Amino acid sequence: MTSVLDLHDIDEGQAERVGGKALALAKMIQHGIAVPSGICIATDAYDDYVGQTGLRERILLEINRKDFREMRWEEMWDASLRIRNMFITTPIPRPLAESLEPHITSRFASRPVVVRSSAPGEDAAKTSFAGLHESYVNVRGAEEVLDRLKLVWASLWSDGALLYRQELSLDVETSRMAVVVQELLSGECSGVAFCRSPNEATQAVIEAVHGLNQGLVDGTVEPDRWVLDRESGRIISHQPANRLQAVLPVGDGVELKPLSEAQASRPPLCDRQVAEVYTLARRCEALFGAEQDVEWTVAGGTLTALQSRAITTPVAGRGDEDRRWYLSLRRSFDNLRALRTRIEDELIPRMIEEADRLSQVDLAPLENGALADEIEARAVAHHTWVGVYWDEFIPFAHGARLFGQVYNDTVRPSDPYEFVDLLRDTEMVSLERNRRLEDLAGQLRADARLAERARLGTIDQETPFMRGLRAFLDAFGDPSRGAAVEERTRERLISLLLEMARRPRTASDAPAKRTESLVEAFLSRFQGEERTRAVELLELARASYRLRDDDNIYLGRVEAQLQAAADEGRARLAARGMAGTGHLDPQDVIAALRDPTFAPKPGGSVQERRREFQLEPRQLTGQPAGPGVATGKARVIRGRADLFEFKADEVLVCDAIDPNMTFVVPLATAIVERRGGMLIHGAIIAREYGRPCVTGVPDAVDLIRTGDRVTVDGYLGIVVVS
Amino acid sequence: MEVNEELTMRLRELFRTQGLAVLSTHGEGGPYASLVGFAATEDLKGLLFATSRSTRKYANLMGESHAAMLVDSRSNQDSDFHNAIAVTATGKAEEVTETDRDALLKVYLGKHPHLAEFVGAPTCALLRLAVDTYYVVERFQHVVEIHVNQ
Repeated sequence: MTSVLDLHDIDEGQAERVGGKALALAKMIQHGIAVPSGICIATDAYDDYVGQTGLRERILLEINRKDFREMRWEEMWDASLRIRNMFITTPIPRPLAESLEPHITSRFASRPVVVRSSAPGEDAAKTSFAGLHESYVNVRGAEEVLDRLKLVWASLWSDGALLYRQELSLDVETSRMAVVVQELLSGECSGVAFCRSPNEATQAVIEAVHGLNQGLVDGTVEPDRWVLDRESGRIISHQPANRLQAVLPVGDGVELKPLSEAQASRPPLCDRQVAEVYTLARRCEALFGAEQDVEWTVAGGTLTALQSRAITTPVAGRGDEDRRWYLSLRRSFDNLRALRTRIEDELIPRMIEEADRLSQVDLAPLENGALADEIEARAVAHHTWVGVYWDEFIPFAHGARLFGQVYNDTVRPSDPYEFVDLLRDTEMVSLERNRRLEDLAGQLRADARLAERARLGTIDQETPFMRGLRAFLDAFGDPSRGAAVEERTRERLISLLLEMARRPRTASDAPAKRTESLVEAFLSRFQGEERTRAVELLELARASYRLRDDDNIYLGRVEAQLQAAADEGRARLAARGMAGTGHLDPQDVIAALRDPTFAPKPGGSVQERRREFQLEPRQLTGQPAGPGVATGKARVIRGRADLFEFKADEVLVCDAIDPNMTFVVPLATAIVERRGGMLIHGAIIAREYGRPCVTGVPDAVDLIRTGDRVTVDGYLGIVVVS
Repeated sequence: MEVNEELTMRLRELFRTQGLAVLSTHGEGGPYASLVGFAATEDLKGLLFATSRSTRKYANLMGESHAAMLVDSRSNQDSDFHNAIAVTATGKAEEVTETDRDALLKVYLGKHPHLAEFVGAPTCALLRLAVDTYYVVERFQHVVEIHVNQ
């Protein structure tokens, strides 16, 4: 049985083999609706590929490394990236390729085609994978088509698709994908028609752009928009776009090109064409018996449907909000560039300014009521900046990911994280802070008498060491908090420096030469304008990588101001005789300062009972996030105070590292983190210092105890407790 | 850390659905492995199996009662690597006492009714591995230990 079918020959009985998109196209052809001619490569070919190459089990091993419910979105992205690289680096077995090639060659020769996903279940009335699987436009020749075929197959395992399947409880183990290959129609204009407006059930909406509709679908080109009366088809309103660019086929892909003045000045469709598109959409609705979202193009003056699928109702509930936020992280290059400017030129300076402004307020003379107001104002400021962090800074982290994907597609390295080496050549605030700590520790290391005096607390305030210490605290504050310096902090910092002095200087491990040669090898694959764009993308990715670390340091400064004010409040409450003030949250501190009779709700106490079955870790699985292997005593960090207990050569075990904690990394022999991801702070800083690192270990801080002897295998992503 | 209910349920389910376990013993001739029909006690603290008193495993256990049993859910497919769970139980194996025999025999035959004749023979011994530790391996490389207070 051949796995290649002509769209004309597909019927309902083959739905599971050809997927929703191919079946819909076949139905349209059978009912006289014009669609670009094409073929479907059925799911059998996917099965043969993953079966013959052993990929099926490799994928399932990757997906099942961890309970799916415990995976964070960053871990899903990582799993997805690793799986995508498996597809990129695993060739289609020769016999399978030879069974596909003749169909592609005889049908399309070297004419440009579009390669699109058609997964069973995709585009069904209840589910829509719209935008989650990949499509490739303007592909020529069998070899290139087969190459893109693998990438479309891989998109079955994209992070978004994984998440979506999890939400709908679709079976990951039996997921398969068919692929449609169609002639590319190089349309003068293209767009989408919604038979029913998402906002108003009695209306329909048509959106159109000049050129191909990729720009509209991925949001880079703003469309003209017509609202129509669903019943009569009458145009109710036309909202023209700010027409600047169009996506056009160029070389072996597509590019965003500026529009000519003439094009920019006229809408992509005239009123007659709007009516024609609407008629087409209603024909599709009648054919499929449900309201449709129809993609179309006008090429050589002829309207052709590209695909039609049912309009789905979004999954209700909070999960959907999370998903939408998650999908909003997939930003385009241009969008990320604008975001970078906003973050670097506007948001970070404003955040620093805010922290500085707050630190100017002298808390001591404030009356209790005024102090409560000050804590409240700082809590609001902190809350606002946490919001900015989620809405703007985290999405910007996608810059490093976007680069990773381009790098892997171009270079096809065996290690899917090789791209991180190209990002390391950046200056991060946390590294500068650690270098200055190392300089201070170096003075203690070189001068035994100085170290002894530091240990005894008899060091002269005017020594270069103490002057350096004060300068450090002025610049960085308490390294675990970013500010709020007090006497205790100075003492704790000196004992940390003494600990650092016990071992040789640790330098960040960036192998500059390797980075340089990787960058050159990457850029050499591009020429002319493409090379310029590749350089820009690398630059953007480096900014994204750097900022992912720095933003926390700056946010930490704002948080430190909130803590400083809350600490002042706690001290006053303790002086008043209130018990347990150390654990009061800022809201309780505010309430207690305003109302002397306020009593916080007591926390529940957990009763110990005899444990018949006691769980002990032996070998915990996480993600390999920093290569290398090391053994040492675990130091479990539960609070900031634990950081100052850290001893040289211990293994840092924590829930989630933020850059305000990474000053102990030079002391650590390895890092274990509950939070998962390859591009999280723990992993970034571990790579900088060449420390083995395993992230995404569920219950790491509960299962591992301080003092346990642990081996961290950063190659396999496992932590062995002995 | 206390064992969560979900993990206990998985153990129960594994012991309910698997009939056979690999028993490892040690004797003068060195280590030895045998396949035995097993059943878990309700409290999960013991694994029961039966053997003729003339077998090598029985002789080994009479000399050295420390033993291990492996129970797993493999199906001999590639998918075992991500799907299968393997549990190794270690402890001391001893013949059950007369007082316990009726109750434990009921548990054992409840799972293996076809072995009634075999276990009823005067030469057949019913043994209980009093588990001190379960080593639970899941998702290929994830290993936890459950220490059992007998």
